[in-house]
Amino acid sequence: MTATQPDPRGEEAFSSSVVLEQNAAAPESLLASPDQLTQNEITQEIVDYHAAAARREAAGERLNRSLHDFPPYRSSLLRHPTKNPKLVDPETIELWSPAFGQRDVAAIESDLTLQHIGEPQGERMTVQGRVLDSWGRPVANQLVEIWQANAAGRYIHQRDQHPAPLDPNFTGAGRTVTDDDGFYKFTTIKPGAYPWKNHVNAWRPAHIHFSIFGSGFTQRLVTQMYFPGDPLFPLDPIYNTIWRQQDRDRLIGLYDHDLSVPEFSMGYRFDIVVDGPDATWFEPEEGEH
Amino acid sequence: MVGTRTARDLGDKTHEPTGGQTVGPFFAFGLDYPKKHEVVFPHSPGAIILGGTVFDGAGAPIPDAVVEIWSADENGEIPRAHGAFRRDDHSFTGFGRAATTDVGRYEFWTRNPGPLDGGAPFYSVVVFARGLPDKLVTRIYLPEHDDLLAADALLSSLDDDERATLIATRLPNGHLHHDIHLQGEKETVFLAF
Repeated sequence: MTATQPDPRGEEAFSSSVVLEQNAAAPESLLASPDQLTQNEITQEIVDYHAAAARREAAGERLNRSLHDFPPYRSSLLRHPTKNPKLVDPETIELWSPAFGQRDVAAIESDLTLQHIGEPQGERMTVQGRVLDSWGRPVANQLVEIWQANAAGRYIHQRDQHPAPLDPNFTGAGRTVTDDDGFYKFTTIKPGAYPWKNHVNAWRPAHIHFSIFGSGFTQRLVTQMYFPGDPLFPLDPIYNTIWRQQDRDRLIGLYDHDLSVPEFSMGYRFDIVVDGPDATWFEPEEGEH
Repeated sequence: MVGTRTARDLGDKTHEPTGGQTVGPFFAFGLDYPKKHEVVFPHSPGAIILGGTVFDGAGAPIPDAVVEIWSADENGEIPRAHGAFRRDDHSFTGFGRAATTDVGRYEFWTRNPGPLDGGAPFYSVVVFARGLPDKLVTRIYLPEHDDLLAADALLSSLDDDERATLIATRLPNGHLHHDIHLQGEKETVFLAF
């Protein structure tokens, strides 16, 4: 099922392992929504669903930051639970996370510009920040994974077939382990916006996917980091699955000139806070862990 | 080894959490690594397959989902070994990741977790998918340990149909089968903490 297979695309073969089942038909047909509304119609739906969420919260309903049921994002229609999640006390195993260590990740894996023979095209950038919990405590020695499109907005993925160039010097995947104070850092290329088929003329704002492990498995987080001032923000159903503006703002990497390196790279800061269980938290005894 | 843990109240949260976003359609190259679904070496003593299909609300399999599991070992110990991303084929790290196939199937090689602190053993499970704006968290309980299942706080709060969505089926060959339904009549019970 998940065995590594050689890249079947011949001349577009890269040294990275792109792992897909190549013999079965890839479900590209699933990727285009059937109704294909205009951008204006989708934008209005976004506004309406945000207003509805605000009314529901004002009426006392407890809403997730990201709305699982968000029809403007057409792919969510059949994939969101219809029942409210069961509120439970986390059991012991859920209060722990897998133990990652330096053994799990090579240092070079945090530099996405060094994975091939040549330099990738595009604007070189760094993104760094801290992983914290809801009480501001650092999440130390935990895995951070990222993946992204190249500077032209193309993913090195069989199912992304839109006519933007692949970059033979860029795969777009990296990982690192946070240090003792929860800090991480990646060097990469600023990704481009890319088109998708949620509606007519749909474009995703440029973003980097982040996958985060907290100190407990229930804190597991997959999110996306965006770039400041993107004009596509109000148009994008995925960004807007997060219904409060203040929560959407937290997904934007901040440009920090002090992190830019002269004549080399632009610097962004993106701090990530993982959500903890609401009431009680469990701490290792002193000296443990 | 894991020592005693104590509960303590940390007071009000001071930091607003970062919201989740969908894993999107193009995660395969980002979340892949060798042997990611082999929590234990295939066919090694005690190794079982935990597998099933992830379904949408129309009953169609979801070919672009990610399922992750995390569990205690056979003795109910919480794994602290490094190496979930660099499998050495003998350390039990407890963590596995599977991307669903084009027919929606996920599969792990792992072991049966043992009872932990006297509770019913289960795998903690996180699901991501294209079209799923944020993660979903659930559990997969072993079908054995009737007394522990009966005493489980979560299972006790559910009706029979809901309970059934959280308890795996033991196959005659010793493996575990468990489907996950994101929506629909058999919708899996998902959790909030």
